[in-house]
Amino acid sequence: MAGSLVAAFAAYGIWGFRATAVLGFAVRSSTPLALAAMCGILCERTGVIDIGIEGQMLLGAFAGFFGAAAFGVVAGVFAAVAVGALVGAFLALCAVTWRVDQIIAGAVINIAAAGFTSFLYRPGRVIGSLPAWRIPLLGDLPLLGPVLFRAQPLTYLTVVVVIGLQVTLVRTPWGRRTTAVGEHPGAADTVGIDVARYRYGNVVAGGALAGLAGALLSVEITGSFDRGMTAGRGFLALAIVIMGRWKPVAAWAAALFFGVLTGLVNQLNFGQVIDIPPQFVAMLPYATTIVVLAIFGTRVRPPAAAGRPYP
Amino acid sequence: MSESRPGEAGAVPQARGVLLEVRGLTKRFGSVVANEDVSLQLRRGEVLALLGENGAGKTTLVKMLFGLHRPDGGEIRLAGEAVRLRSPRDAIARGIGMVHQHFQLVPVMTVAENVVLGAEPTRRRFVDRRRAAAEVRELSERFGLAVDPDAVVEDLPIGAQQRVEIIKALYRGAEILILDEPSAVLTPEETDELLGVVAELAARGVGIVLITHKLREVMEAADRVVVLRDGRVVGEVAPADTDEAGLAALMVGRSVVLRIDKQPASPGEPVLGIQGLEVDDDRGRRAVTGLDLEVRAGEIVGVAGVQGNGQRELAEAICGMRPRIGGCVLLQDRDITGLGARAIHDLGVAHIPEDRDKHGLVGSYSVADDLVLNRFDEPGFARWGRRDRAAVQRWAEQLIAEFDVRTPDVHAPADSLSGGNKQKLIVARELSRASVLVVAAQPTRGVDVGSIEFIHRQLVAARDRGAAVLVISAELEELLAVSDRIAVMRDGRIAATFAGASATPEAIGLVMGGATGH
Repeated sequence: MAGSLVAAFAAYGIWGFRATAVLGFAVRSSTPLALAAMCGILCERTGVIDIGIEGQMLLGAFAGFFGAAAFGVVAGVFAAVAVGALVGAFLALCAVTWRVDQIIAGAVINIAAAGFTSFLYRPGRVIGSLPAWRIPLLGDLPLLGPVLFRAQPLTYLTVVVVIGLQVTLVRTPWGRRTTAVGEHPGAADTVGIDVARYRYGNVVAGGALAGLAGALLSVEITGSFDRGMTAGRGFLALAIVIMGRWKPVAAWAAALFFGVLTGLVNQLNFGQVIDIPPQFVAMLPYATTIVVLAIFGTRVRPPAAAGRPYP
Repeated sequence: MSESRPGEAGAVPQARGVLLEVRGLTKRFGSVVANEDVSLQLRRGEVLALLGENGAGKTTLVKMLFGLHRPDGGEIRLAGEAVRLRSPRDAIARGIGMVHQHFQLVPVMTVAENVVLGAEPTRRRFVDRRRAAAEVRELSERFGLAVDPDAVVEDLPIGAQQRVEIIKALYRGAEILILDEPSAVLTPEETDELLGVVAELAARGVGIVLITHKLREVMEAADRVVVLRDGRVVGEVAPADTDEAGLAALMVGRSVVLRIDKQPASPGEPVLGIQGLEVDDDRGRRAVTGLDLEVRAGEIVGVAGVQGNGQRELAEAICGMRPRIGGCVLLQDRDITGLGARAIHDLGVAHIPEDRDKHGLVGSYSVADDLVLNRFDEPGFARWGRRDRAAVQRWAEQLIAEFDVRTPDVHAPADSLSGGNKQKLIVARELSRASVLVVAAQPTRGVDVGSIEFIHRQLVAARDRGAAVLVISAELEELLAVSDRIAVMRDGRIAATFAGASATPEAIGLVMGGATGH
């Protein structure tokens, strides 16, 4: 969080007129990442590694787009959530009931999603996207107004999800039991917590969030669907989960940080201050993740039972 | 999942009624009979010790009582009513609590969170942390179980974690508390504390089933002892009517020598020479602080000390498993300070590690593979880079017979063995190879009396073959039984050295506790 603030101030001081663009980009690009990361957090904190977020997002984006095209924008969002949850249920079936290697199950989801959406893809249809909600008064603030308070509904929803998840994970019985299931399922089991039920529930809920993240891309941001339009965001979300140390608000901060970083470099490129090929800009978050993990690696500890079937 | 139950522990002393009765309980695993026709009773406020060797069926029995195994025959009656326990949840709901050998605690959560897990007190749908902490504090004061509700479990010493487990059971209203080998992981001081807690709980009306193979604990804490051998009850006695030797004989089925005879040592050349050794622990703190020690061929040197005074780090540094920060380690006048574990092993150093599951064997390997783990590539067991499975099997069968490792066969995974048998497996592997130095850390942890005697004989035999033997143990009894000299370690240094014959537990205990040595 501190990192993004420093970057933001630097941006405002030096290129004041572009700060709005940088921060606007940061919020827009970080929202689907943050939602997808919430999926990762839900799954991993309960002990299931979901490497298939990319595929779930892609299917969500696809379902959202065609749902919206056929029945309207709101229906599209619901379709995306439903499809994400369905794929989550499949992952839970593989990981919990069939005890399949979770990495392989996730990879299958990614490959199948890419193939399936490409096969059914029909180009050229564009729908209207969700309207922006301008919050009275706050929306008129300089800089922060356009960045934070004239956003679209799913962006606001993301804020609610992130904060809600943070509070429930730490404070509610459900959250503590989820943590126990992800850290030491045996301990949870001996006090009568149904490990399988928690894993199913959380992985399905996580899938719904990944689907929603996909809808954000197709229905809210672009208003269209493209082959492979998730472009690795599902994988980036996994990096964000680690950067955020499996904590919702921290992961959100990490997503914002990547957003600011990428936005800044983009603006510098547009302003021809620097000339970095876009492919390298796209690499930035991943490279940063590796550097950060190399420095803080030993202090980053995943849930102890992540990836391991129980019993 | 929303039901939350406040702590309603506090079995009040009532009439000494029968809490639990077991009649003719039988359990088979395939063709192996783990329990046959076991019958016993547990009364309110009573400590019932379940005594037996490794693999005698104690754990199977209590797993049935806790709903982890279903009996094949017989019945379990609680307060006079026949019950079927399908899961731990059933058992907990009926007032049975169990402290497992491997603690069932979530390391990253706090004490209070662990205690209330699954039955959290809530306030407006949130966990009421203040009430949870208060409940824990109340229970810990009432039963004399000192523990900080806000401490994170992984930061606590083992003894405190065990107290958390007990509080957890009491919070769920346990009237019957099963303790599965509770002292196996404890230091002697912690064991004494635990026995005090057990007495306190019994005085307040809790019925306690104490599983152990340590005779001292039985004599000290139990009201009644049920002895199991090969899955059957072979005797039921009151400690007052017998003594340790009597219990040991009942348990093993023959008379056992509790203190072995050995010839006086005839020390030869120095084999292990340690000068000014400094080693860090896992957290990077200096654990061994300029230690000097010498072990000669043909002698057994015991290292005593309160756990956490650098003993583990010392053993690991000698064996090349931990970087040495300063000083040097000489093996037969050769500096081995910079060598790795494999190189030191190849120079003839045998190592029985403290943590058998982590450093002693590969749980998923077969018994046979674990028995040749350190020499699978030697000419006898491999040819042209291919393993000679027949030779490995022959060797393994010979070793399990010789060291009495109880396993269905040599192909069974090592993890299927009981703790004591795993330990015997490691001892068999390490002591069956010619070596100049034996480093044995807690060599009999979790092992029953019959096997302790055997392992001690093996250590003495290694000495008599001319090896230098270093035994590090938390059990003073053990050190007094086998050592020719005893060095007491404190704050990472040797605080005093005693000749084996002149050492007394009192004198050693004094130095361990901080008195200046002579």
